[in-house]
Amino acid sequence: MIKEQLDKIRESALKQIEATEGLDMLNDIRVNVLGKKGELTSILKSMKDVAPEDRPKVGQMVNEVREEIEKSLEHTKKKMEAAVREAKLASETIDVTLPAKKNNVGHRHPNTITLEDVENVFIGMGYEVAEGPEVEKDYYNFEALNIPADHPAKDEQDTFYITGDLLLRTQTSSTQVHEMEKGKLPIKMIAPGRVFRADEVDATHSPSFHQIEGLVIDKDITFADLKGTLAEFAKEIFGEDVKVKFRPHHFPFTEPSAEMDVSCFKCGGKGCRFCKGEGWIEILGCGMVHPHVLEMSGIDPEEYTGFAFGLGLERIAVLKYEIDDMRLLYENDIRFLEQF
Amino acid sequence: MDASLSWIKAYVPDLNASDQEILDALTLSGTKGEGFHRLDKNLEKIVVGQIEKIEQHPDADKLVICQVNIGSEKIQIVTGAKNMKEGDKVPVVLDGGRVAGGHDGSPNPEDGIKIKAGKLRGIESYGMMCSIEELGSTKDFYPDAPEDGLYILPEDTEVGADAVEVLGLHDTVFEFEVTSNRVDCYSILGIAREAAATFKLPFKAPEVKVEETEEKASDYISVEIKDADLCSRYCARVVTDVKIGPSPEWMQRRLASNGVRPINNIVDITNYVMLEYGQPMHAFDLSTIAGNKIVVQRAKDGEKFVTLDGQERNLDSEVIMICDGEKEVAVGGIMGGENSMITEDATTVLFEAATFNGPNIRKSSKRIGLRTDASGFFEKGLDPNNAEDAINRACQLVNELGCGKVTQGIVEVKSPIKPLNRIKFDPEKINKLLGTDIDRQTMLDIFAREELSYDETTNEIIVPSFRQDLIGMCDIAEEVARFWGYDKIPSTLPKNAPTTGKLTFKMTVEKTAREVAQFCGFSQAYGYSFESPKVFDKLLLAQDAPERNAITISNPLGEDFSIMRTIPLNVILTSLATNYKRRNKDVKLYEIANIYVAKELPLKELPDERAQFVLGFYGEGDFFTMKGAVEEFLGQIGMADELEYDAKAGKPFLHPGRQALVSFKGECIGYLGEVHPEVLDNYGIGARTYIAVLDLPAIVPHANYNRVYTGIAKFPAVTRDISMVVPTAVTAGEIEKMIKQRGGKKLEKLELFDIYEGSQIEKGYKSMAYSLAFRDKEKTLADDEVNAAMKKILNGLESLNITLRS
Repeated sequence: MIKEQLDKIRESALKQIEATEGLDMLNDIRVNVLGKKGELTSILKSMKDVAPEDRPKVGQMVNEVREEIEKSLEHTKKKMEAAVREAKLASETIDVTLPAKKNNVGHRHPNTITLEDVENVFIGMGYEVAEGPEVEKDYYNFEALNIPADHPAKDEQDTFYITGDLLLRTQTSSTQVHEMEKGKLPIKMIAPGRVFRADEVDATHSPSFHQIEGLVIDKDITFADLKGTLAEFAKEIFGEDVKVKFRPHHFPFTEPSAEMDVSCFKCGGKGCRFCKGEGWIEILGCGMVHPHVLEMSGIDPEEYTGFAFGLGLERIAVLKYEIDDMRLLYENDIRFLEQF
Repeated sequence: MDASLSWIKAYVPDLNASDQEILDALTLSGTKGEGFHRLDKNLEKIVVGQIEKIEQHPDADKLVICQVNIGSEKIQIVTGAKNMKEGDKVPVVLDGGRVAGGHDGSPNPEDGIKIKAGKLRGIESYGMMCSIEELGSTKDFYPDAPEDGLYILPEDTEVGADAVEVLGLHDTVFEFEVTSNRVDCYSILGIAREAAATFKLPFKAPEVKVEETEEKASDYISVEIKDADLCSRYCARVVTDVKIGPSPEWMQRRLASNGVRPINNIVDITNYVMLEYGQPMHAFDLSTIAGNKIVVQRAKDGEKFVTLDGQERNLDSEVIMICDGEKEVAVGGIMGGENSMITEDATTVLFEAATFNGPNIRKSSKRIGLRTDASGFFEKGLDPNNAEDAINRACQLVNELGCGKVTQGIVEVKSPIKPLNRIKFDPEKINKLLGTDIDRQTMLDIFAREELSYDETTNEIIVPSFRQDLIGMCDIAEEVARFWGYDKIPSTLPKNAPTTGKLTFKMTVEKTAREVAQFCGFSQAYGYSFESPKVFDKLLLAQDAPERNAITISNPLGEDFSIMRTIPLNVILTSLATNYKRRNKDVKLYEIANIYVAKELPLKELPDERAQFVLGFYGEGDFFTMKGAVEEFLGQIGMADELEYDAKAGKPFLHPGRQALVSFKGECIGYLGEVHPEVLDNYGIGARTYIAVLDLPAIVPHANYNRVYTGIAKFPAVTRDISMVVPTAVTAGEIEKMIKQRGGKKLEKLELFDIYEGSQIEKGYKSMAYSLAFRDKEKTLADDEVNAAMKKILNGLESLNITLRS
């Protein structure tokens, strides 16, 4: 008798669940069947009419029906919720090709990008980064670099003077002397900085530009070490496939001296407008520190040797980024800066 | 330095490499080749022709018809040229040939001009007779060429011969970049010597022998040097029976191929020797030299002298002059005088080859404003031995050209010549410096090729006098390296103990500044360190403003670049103006660069170079946008707390009501504000503009990247909002200071969430609302604790005449 009632309740509940159209209706069913005044609950309430020995069996039957209905309710609920979410997601589809919301971050100057690239290479090789003054004494810019008073190189560099003895440094090489005078050996440093030459402003000249100086002084430093170090540098900056060529040159503060060319990183050495058809691009000047220079700064050239190099920051930036007019670097037009 | 291949080969006869090979090889051994050009470029099928008959063109007044014998045949050529006659020999380009350019003087086309047979006004023409311009040269280098017309070849020229050969145009001119230490390479002999050493070929120096007459030069001239510091050697030779005339073709061609215009035999000889030996010479007409003597001495201050170009020159006592018994006859080492120059009538010539003080010549030539080929040589500092070799070579050429008789001996005065330099030969040291393993004999072979000799008894390398650049071991190490080949030296890395690479702390702070600026939307600007003194007026700075004490450059590129920056704003404002004029919207820029503060002027010691972090923008944003960027930076370097803003910044270039000094722990570290509208007008910026300047030397000592984790609060905060009526003059800074002071340790945060001034509030007051948060780290705060703190705060605020809004 109770069993029949229970079957009926179950049948009816499952049928109703199957027919529901919304979560609200599902809840109504739960209340009507399983709630405090629900059909199943009322059966439990009528347990007192059941013979005590049958009660456990009836109880178990009631629970089975309850579980079955609950399971069905839960299952249907999940299904409905999933359907609702899917419908919501479907309605929220966007056009991903609409323009991005810009974060308006600023841009590094190509000089700085180049500088940081170079710094990273040398910091990785154990070089400290140093700085020296831009307004400099004649001694540091010239004399201590083996360029005595009457040396033609003083004219060649078109120096800006402030007084007879004070000038705007024409080369970051002056920082070499300051570092050597500190008396701490070995030295392994690069010194980036601003330098000045009395060149009129045009597409390829600027009266103010930047160099990066390098200096290594230690025991047993050789010209071969200079070659190896700079070849490594060239690979890091211009790419693994780049070739280097060292040509004899002259600088008063190094001997032997060289200029380093790299195979054109635009055309791979075939010849193009960047290398003027030569396949090679001149990148830097370098050499073994002249013993006079060491001596003047109080380092014994019999015990120590070293190499030095200097490269132009703008020159590399202009080549690397194909900037056809150096003036762009100093105009600060945002449409230029935003490209970096 | 230009050098023609034919001239180089005169001393290195076995040189047989291609032009490109020569250029590349010399570049790799240290004489950098800048390029070369072939004089016979685009000259094809050009032969010597003889004009046999000239007839008027029947249909054209300006044309004639010529029958030209070109050896193998006779051809008909129609021409507009006028300067030829029957029997003349001329260069003829045949059908299918090519010439370098036209005769109208326009630049030569890259591929020249192809010549084809055709009809000219109905008459067949099978080629073209050429002017010197069409052959790619000019009258300057072929002085016998007519102003306009065909180049007429000498009568004895062989008909049908290669005209390009006859004209000496089968040659290549190389351009070399010679480094300043290699004075000897500013000469054909120097380049030839390098070429011989590079290609391991014998070098055949000219054998100089002079045939002299019985007469003694000393009977014609005496020499005295009064200022030996400016002239260490003066050699004179005398040539009699001079016949002035054109120099021979071969000499003219060599001069021309090196860019020197032939003039007459005597002048050409001096120029030839200058190119060949790198030793400038001068030739005087001896009849103009008074008292048969040459005196070398300083000019007097204020003297004037007319040089042979007809210009009057102002002299001073640092200029060395060549004088005779009465007067000055030349500016030593720079240019001869008009009063003693060689003319057609000269019959006795005095050759001069001297050694002047290089730096003095350089300075004199600058002061006088006259730079010549000669001064260009002398200023490099010449080898005194070269003077003697050169003057003898000149006399040998006089013999060869038969243009005069050379008298006996050199009349000269010289300071003692330095003995030849000797350098200890230590192959081990050389290898150690280069990182090589080159054997001793290979090194000695290299030296021998360069004419450096080896003294076995003392184990020394003896340096010839023309190699003034070789002084010590490192110098000869370079000689070994460059002839061994830089490319053959191994590539290694230093084997020394590893070191740590790093930026300085200052650079790290600057890097943070750049990163924060970029994050806040500012792009990096670069500017010059020098600017115009007009900047101070543009920025409305008072006449006695300390910023006006700027360092002046003594030789600036112009007023606009004449002073060193003392205030960093000009670059940013100029750049913003550039952007504004170009209609770029919302531009934010920053710069990190030095200003230069002089301790005293005129400058006696190095100025204080202070790196300034400058930000500037126009467009979206306001004062507080800028303040946000400043605080973001200071926060990143651990300086967010203890910042104060003082509205009385006193900056005339900023809006008087929108400027503030920024200080940290009471020390001023910079300022910010809205740019004064008058300054914006001065720069041509039509939008509100905000700037901030942070003085990095004041900031770096306080900057730190130390952080200590303080835990995340476990107990809830109690928040209280207060809404106040505040007298307008009271600033948020004052209120916040008061709240912080009174709020005690439990006050965790205060935040302004509303500010209002207007009709709802009594005039002279504003409404401000703050949200305060209290928290105890150890426990949940009780209401009465918060109430007590609030009471203290409110009492404090009351003392600022602030009332709570009802």
